[in-house]
Amino acid sequence: MIAFKLAFRNLVGAGLRTWLNVFVLSFIYILIIWQYGILDGWNHQANKDMKAWEVGNGQYWQENYDPYDFFTLEESHAKIPEVLQKASSEGVVTPILISQASVYPDGRIQSMLLKGINPDQKVIAVPSAELNVESEAMPAGSPTAGRTGHEIPVVIGRRMAKSCKLKVGDVTTIRWRDINGTFDAAEVKVAKVFNCNVPNVDAGQMYIPIEKLQEMMQAPDEATMFIIGKDFEMNETVSGWEYKDYDFLMTEMNEMMKMKKVGGSFLYVILLLLAMLAIFDTQVLSIFRRQKEIGTYIAMGMTRGQVVSLFTVEGAMHAILAVILGAIYGIPFLLWQLKIGYTMPAGSDDFGLAIAETIFPVYGLGLIITTVLLVLIITTIVSYMPARKISKMKPTDALKGKIQ
Amino acid sequence: MEQSSIITIQELIKRFPVGKGEFTALNGINLTFNTGEFVGIVGPSGSGKTTLLNIIGSLDTPSEGKAIVMGQSTGDLTTKSAAKLRKKYLGFIFQTYNLLPVYTVYENVEFPLLLLKMSSGERRKAVLDALEWLGMTDKIKSRPAQLSGGECQRVAIARAMVKKPEIVLADEPTANLDAANSHNILKMMLKLNEELKTTFIFATHDDKVIKYLKRKITLEDGKVVQDEFITK
Ligand SMILES: Nc1ncnc2c1ncn2[C@@H]1O[C@H](COP(=O)(O)OP(=O)(O)OP(=O)(O)O)[C@@H](O)[C@H]1O
Ligand SMILES: [Mg+2]
Repeated sequence: MIAFKLAFRNLVGAGLRTWLNVFVLSFIYILIIWQYGILDGWNHQANKDMKAWEVGNGQYWQENYDPYDFFTLEESHAKIPEVLQKASSEGVVTPILISQASVYPDGRIQSMLLKGINPDQKVIAVPSAELNVESEAMPAGSPTAGRTGHEIPVVIGRRMAKSCKLKVGDVTTIRWRDINGTFDAAEVKVAKVFNCNVPNVDAGQMYIPIEKLQEMMQAPDEATMFIIGKDFEMNETVSGWEYKDYDFLMTEMNEMMKMKKVGGSFLYVILLLLAMLAIFDTQVLSIFRRQKEIGTYIAMGMTRGQVVSLFTVEGAMHAILAVILGAIYGIPFLLWQLKIGYTMPAGSDDFGLAIAETIFPVYGLGLIITTVLLVLIITTIVSYMPARKISKMKPTDALKGKIQ
Repeated sequence: MEQSSIITIQELIKRFPVGKGEFTALNGINLTFNTGEFVGIVGPSGSGKTTLLNIIGSLDTPSEGKAIVMGQSTGDLTTKSAAKLRKKYLGFIFQTYNLLPVYTVYENVEFPLLLLKMSSGERRKAVLDALEWLGMTDKIKSRPAQLSGGECQRVAIARAMVKKPEIVLADEPTANLDAANSHNILKMMLKLNEELKTTFIFATHDDKVIKYLKRKITLEDGKVVQDEFITK
């Protein structure tokens, strides 16, 4: 206790140098808590969005389906098994049929995925209900008014709309191959452009009524996969279909987040290293300059161990003062970020990760405690290393101040 | 007359390693100090005064022989027990005062009591008493940098005396002071010696100090060449 009191007095007595070190440390605290808070907030939001838009509560995949291999898409569909058909009609799962196709915006050719979806599904957030429009009901005055109305309704996401320069009401040509390998083409009409943070759900793809796609592909009653909604449990295994649980489907996302955290830590490691160097230096200097003081402490009856702890506590006190200083300007800043969120810099969309425009940080108590403890422990070790030298000092030499 | 001996030094030899050889700073010292003595160790520069004081203060250990302080042989003590001996029974006064610069006068004087884990009420009383003896009550909140040399040394004496130690060891306490301050300080120490029966041992070559001594021990080349009791 006395060591704390003395250390505090000595440290504060040391003036500007102390406050500089303390400021840098407090800045590191805030930076770590803030950035990890943003990453956790991002992770939280991405998990929520991916669950709502893409992953559901798990999926059933036709056994050949591999989302990373478009060339196998042709073989990865099969007749919908009875049990899934039943679950589907109850609305707890929804089938998706996927086919490769091309779209011709402005005369360019662009390949994409056609995803057949049940317009009445409620399992994922894709606004499939918009596909229920009567294709004949072309409002007068719209750019497509007066056309024959054979266009198939599709919904697309913001990213797809941007890359193909499409907007609601636009008509464009798509081309696909049926299961026999025959090419065919048709006109589609954008019924809705939706906003979604998950690139996997909207980049390079169009949603189309599943029955229409089955018809186009000449694959009646077939599907590529099923997305599971809430509370669906199937006891039997369905031959030809593989169950993928939520955690499996989130693996990639979680790995990416881990990488981001590791990548982000690099900056703090450097910053922390610099701060520790400064504290180490301060300690070495203060022990060198205060030999006489050290000798006096010993003459007054302190053991060398006590003097070592005094100097160690004094160094570690930087981290404690930094908590206080950090709290003074950091808490308002962190709370402000919590309220207004952090707007991701333009271009973040290209990360390929689910990301919202504005991310609201999530600060865990664990994160804050770990950060504070980590910095405190490292500071203590760095302060202790030079202080150890005191225990090897001869008190008579220290009093003379002649140790080099 | 039979008095209790507080320090006994027997056949004390102190050698320092110098280069490849050794230098004998103290060579066969035999001395006894009794409670309440006011002793000066005098002698030319390099004669071993500081070395002897350091060994009595358990800041250094004998190479041969014994220095028994308060019944404890300082050469045989662990560093912990030596620290305890200093903390409880010894007060030090230095030529350069050695006050802690970031502490106020009050806090400097309080320091030895913090080490003794005294309660805050007792501490306060003892600190104020000590500062009163030395006439420093009006400078309680000053820091050492704001004091004159004489005032610093008075604070240092208050710090040495505040715990009412058995022995005060003072190495050249007046070397940095002018004549008026030197006399002033010596009178104060003499008063404390008489009122509290504290044993004072000085290392000095200051004539102003020698005038006040009740016993004068002269060292030369690490040996006691003269040991006289001065009666006034
Ligand atoms: N740590 C040491 N290493 C080597 N020699 C030392 C050491 N300490 C003291 N000496 C030597 O021992 C001798 C006595 O030193 P000491 O400091 O005791 O002298 P002193 O009588 O106090 O002198 P002064 O009046 O100048 O203070 C000196 O010659 C000094 O060089
Ligand atoms: Mg000396």
